[in-house]
Amino acid sequence: MAKSIDVSNVNIYYGDFKAVEDVSMTIKARSVTAFIGPSGCGKSTFLRTLNRMHEVIPGAHVEGEVLLGGEDIYAANVDPVQVRRRVGMVFQRPNPFPTMSIYDNVLAGNRLNSKKLKKADADAIVEKALTGANLWNEVKDRLGKPGMGLSGGQQQRLCIARAIAVEPQVLLMDEPCSALDPISTSAVEDLIHELKSDYTIVIVTHNMQQAARVSEYTGFFNLKAAGQPGHLVEFNKTTKMFSTPEQESTEAYISGRFG
Amino acid sequence: MTATTAEKMTETPSNRLGDRIFSGLALAAGLSILVALTGVFAFLLIRGWQGLSQDASFYDAPRANDFLHYVWPLVFGTVYAAVIALVIAVPLSIGIALVISHYAPRRLATPIAYVIDLLAAVPSVVFGLWGILVFAPAMVPTYGWLDDHLGFIPLFAGNEGGGVNPVGRTILTAGIVLAIMVLPIITSITREIFAQTPRLHQEAALALGATRWEMIRYAVFPYARSGMVSAVMLGLGRALGETMAVAMVLSAGKSLVTFNLLGNESSTTIAANIASNYKEGTPGKVAVLIATGLVLFVLTFVVNFLARLIVARAERNTTR
Repeated sequence: MAKSIDVSNVNIYYGDFKAVEDVSMTIKARSVTAFIGPSGCGKSTFLRTLNRMHEVIPGAHVEGEVLLGGEDIYAANVDPVQVRRRVGMVFQRPNPFPTMSIYDNVLAGNRLNSKKLKKADADAIVEKALTGANLWNEVKDRLGKPGMGLSGGQQQRLCIARAIAVEPQVLLMDEPCSALDPISTSAVEDLIHELKSDYTIVIVTHNMQQAARVSEYTGFFNLKAAGQPGHLVEFNKTTKMFSTPEQESTEAYISGRFG
Repeated sequence: MTATTAEKMTETPSNRLGDRIFSGLALAAGLSILVALTGVFAFLLIRGWQGLSQDASFYDAPRANDFLHYVWPLVFGTVYAAVIALVIAVPLSIGIALVISHYAPRRLATPIAYVIDLLAAVPSVVFGLWGILVFAPAMVPTYGWLDDHLGFIPLFAGNEGGGVNPVGRTILTAGIVLAIMVLPIITSITREIFAQTPRLHQEAALALGATRWEMIRYAVFPYARSGMVSAVMLGLGRALGETMAVAMVLSAGKSLVTFNLLGNESSTTIAANIASNYKEGTPGKVAVLIATGLVLFVLTFVVNFLARLIVARAERNTTR
């Protein structure tokens, strides 16, 4: 189910502007890979190329090869819709569908994939996904209430439940905790720990402690200079990255020294 | 020192003045709408009151001997023409708005939007002229075909002895011309709202593997729902009240209650009836016409009110 991702020589553009240059890496299945780096270095942009969400922006395009379990997701005959059904995504700000109940929010992806769901199957999926997202006990008595009525942290876990309800091969998280308080953050981090036994998880974070806490591998992105494209400086085991990084600029960034 | 600070804390005259002027202006603008509305209503009530109970000769005797019998076919015609217009215009407008906001590349979307807005600037007399001189005759073969093949449906039955209106000046023609007239209003409002759908919600749907249409159903329509109803209401308001185009397309003097879309005989609308009879009216007749205007006013008001009620109820059900 969980698949690895092989990225080779990827360049990412917004129109004519090259935002990210020449990234190659291998993301292992059933592990957590974190991307860190200063704002504007292209780590979120790179994340969005892994499920072809980047091209939703007019003019945006990608060069290079991204293999998901050996299949090139940028091959000419690949439908981006199918890619996104396999690669789930959680966004920076919780975004449950405002007019849907908690129950319908969880099932939103499943209803896209297979139009008809038996009531019993649907109930089972909802319970499994919400349990998987550590939210079941908090919401089981009010599944029919709108998702927007939950707290920010609960909404974010609802979005995670929605993403895992379709059992994706990879789960992408774009700064999933940046809008959450410390308690909700810790709930989401615990969840990431549990989810990695089933899913390949890629997380972008501004918080280096978070990267150190949750990930096994870390990629450090940086800009060569202002106006230049971002690039991958170093990709390594998280333990090595935070103790003895190979690149000087990685060490400078991690220890809080710049320039 | 302390005195000046205290003074500054309690009042800042220059800011206050600007604030007060602005809030006064806003209040005045708001009130003027109420005043205008009450004024119109008072006029209709005072001048139309006697029209409600006149001698039978002032109505359309022998077809109608009192006000209710006189106004009922007109109310029917007004609502029927407006419904035909909306049935055609609403799906078309929403489709066009979606093309502009979500489907077409920007290079194409901007000119389409511009052309639609231009349509709103065409005077209704011009639509009326085009309706009689070009559109109605051009539709006659189509109407004939509809009558031949779908004539078993009462809507398309045509005249009693067979055949359809030979010049094409039917209620369906009026409805289609009305549809073209309300199209720009509905399109431009819904387009604005569709374009304002939060990116976050659209990406939520796309990231789950929604196709573009699924994304629109999941994210755009729920967000735009109340705005879409407002747009349709504005379109309906125009369709109910539109005068010239209908008066020109439909020949005056008839007032029947019939669902038949293609026949010679059809109902006309309140507004068109006023426009075509006002000039040659005696004071008594004019009072009757103003009374029908009062009915139109109340009709529009009730329709709007009901629509708001429906939207409010739908919103409450989903947010609780």
